[in-house]
Amino acid sequence: MSIFEWSFVAAVLTSATPILFAALAGALCAQAGVFNIALEGQMLWGAFAAVAGSYYTGNAWAGVLVAVLSTAIYSVILAVGAARWKADPIIIAIGTNLLSLGLTGFLLRVLFDTSGSFAPQGLDGIGTMPFLKGIPVIGDVFAGQSVLVPLAFVLIVAAGLWLRLTPGGLRLRGVGEHPDAAATLGIGVARYQTWVTILGGGLCGLAGAQLSLGNVTLFTENMTAGRGWIAVAAVILVANKAFWLPVACLGFGAAEALGFRLQGIGAPQQLTDAAPYAITLVVLVIMRVVVTRRRTHALTPKETLV
Amino acid sequence: MIARLTRHPAVVPIGAVVLAILIGAVVILLAGLNPIDAYAAVLQGSLDVRNLDYTFSVWGFICGMGLVAAIPLRMGEFNLGGNGQLVLGGITAYVVASQLGLPGIVAVPFALIAAMLVSGGFAAVSAPLATRFGIPIIISTLLLSPVAVAVASYLVRFPLAEKGSGNAQTPVLPEDAHIWSLGDLRYTTVGLLLIIAVMVIFYVVDSRSAVGFELRVTGANRRFGEYAGLKPGRLALGAMGSAGAVAGLVGAIIVLSSPYRFIDGALISPGYTFAGLAAALLAGGRPALVPVTAILFTILQVGGASMERTAEVPRQLSDVLQGVVIVILALRVVLDRRRAGAGKDS
Repeated sequence: MSIFEWSFVAAVLTSATPILFAALAGALCAQAGVFNIALEGQMLWGAFAAVAGSYYTGNAWAGVLVAVLSTAIYSVILAVGAARWKADPIIIAIGTNLLSLGLTGFLLRVLFDTSGSFAPQGLDGIGTMPFLKGIPVIGDVFAGQSVLVPLAFVLIVAAGLWLRLTPGGLRLRGVGEHPDAAATLGIGVARYQTWVTILGGGLCGLAGAQLSLGNVTLFTENMTAGRGWIAVAAVILVANKAFWLPVACLGFGAAEALGFRLQGIGAPQQLTDAAPYAITLVVLVIMRVVVTRRRTHALTPKETLV
Repeated sequence: MIARLTRHPAVVPIGAVVLAILIGAVVILLAGLNPIDAYAAVLQGSLDVRNLDYTFSVWGFICGMGLVAAIPLRMGEFNLGGNGQLVLGGITAYVVASQLGLPGIVAVPFALIAAMLVSGGFAAVSAPLATRFGIPIIISTLLLSPVAVAVASYLVRFPLAEKGSGNAQTPVLPEDAHIWSLGDLRYTTVGLLLIIAVMVIFYVVDSRSAVGFELRVTGANRRFGEYAGLKPGRLALGAMGSAGAVAGLVGAIIVLSSPYRFIDGALISPGYTFAGLAAALLAGGRPALVPVTAILFTILQVGGASMERTAEVPRQLSDVLQGVVIVILALRVVLDRRRAGAGKDS
């Protein structure tokens, strides 16, 4: 294997990681029965908060902390509104997504007196893992990545185990699957949904931090550019099989990384812009066709097929 | 008496707007700027007699994009792909008006119709994606939109680009293909009348026709609608198709009006799509109210620039206020429930 190919794998991971965090947030909310499409706006806020935090403290980890905490607080609007007050999560999410777009642009002007993008000299980015250098494969793929990249995979595995193996995870799934039954068993449905949504906010904060301090070290207006929606699509794509979530996100990462490669050899940038969305949609359709076919084969006896 | 007044249906939207403006004022204060100056600049900039021509044209575009959101909203669906539909309409209109060599009198109508067909067809794709493949309309419209934007952007930058220009834009359309202005006005054109006509049609269809009724029944209770024999799939196809057609019309009007060319990003960056969505949500999807709520977002949009100039408040405040209005509207159910509870007690 040549370096070129491993560097491509590394690029795929870089592109996939922010989406992975956001998709994990969306998947946890979906398990609890909350349709969370506020990922895009929360991720954008997280990206801004991370850069602002790192800029003011001079420390990237402080920036990450600011991103996680402030995005979790930001997600309280959705958590309390949708889970406790039973307001429409879609309308709240549309509102908060617009609000993040406006607020980050507004603060960019007010705090940093700039518009478009903010890349101050010496902005501290999240540390990479140079100690892995020299290890074959792992070193090639991970050495240049931020520490949050492996963390994303650890968190996905941890979340999967938690959902499967712990009483809390079981209750969470029960809340999503059959809220009335869960309530009968004395589980606080709204409480579970509220906290999961806030936890999702924290994860979106990580997603944003990885985007603005991990992949690059700068903030640009609307820098999430639809990644939060790709995460929502990934959640819909894998339905209830959380195991496939990293696969879906890596697929998107591959689409983006491939786009950059193609751009390098002369393909227009517009192809790179469009490819992730088009591919996501096509994969959604194919998955549905495959799943439906399998289901009709499994469930419908041949004689009753009309 | 006071109790009756607070139950008036206009209380919630007006309350949401007032609350949003107050929250906006707090944001401006926290930024160390003067909210009164800012809001005064917004009103002056948008309602100044010299600017009214421009303000009216923007109001038309926001009304149009309001319909783009409101028509599917009638049956409980969210069309968030307005940007892609808008841009596709604009580029289609440009191609038809500039490349086919049509004589003056038919160039504009053909361009408008072609834009409506292409954008309508493009938006309608989301309906079978939802009914056949279970991909929610809100997701498919969002995923399709950047694809259309990228296609248009590619066309403008390469095959249709103006030679020797540093900007990503097409050449100016031939004189024949300029949409007719109203009198001496620069920005307000026949396009505004067309958008008003479309709003009237939507109002009549919504309130006086069987299809409009079916749309509203489906929106109020989908399962009841299916039980009564309505076909949500077919309704979605029609709703998305007409929403896309309206977006295409708006895009075409923008391109055929001054400065009579397709400039990459110029259709999206003013934020008509989300201002329209906010207007539609504030109107609760009601056709008769969209033009009223659109006034508010027009003032914010047009006044934003002068607010930036004279009060030094960044124009992104307009987006902030739009977001806040929508969040407050979503949270109003709390108020409704409390009110319903109060009614029970007394």
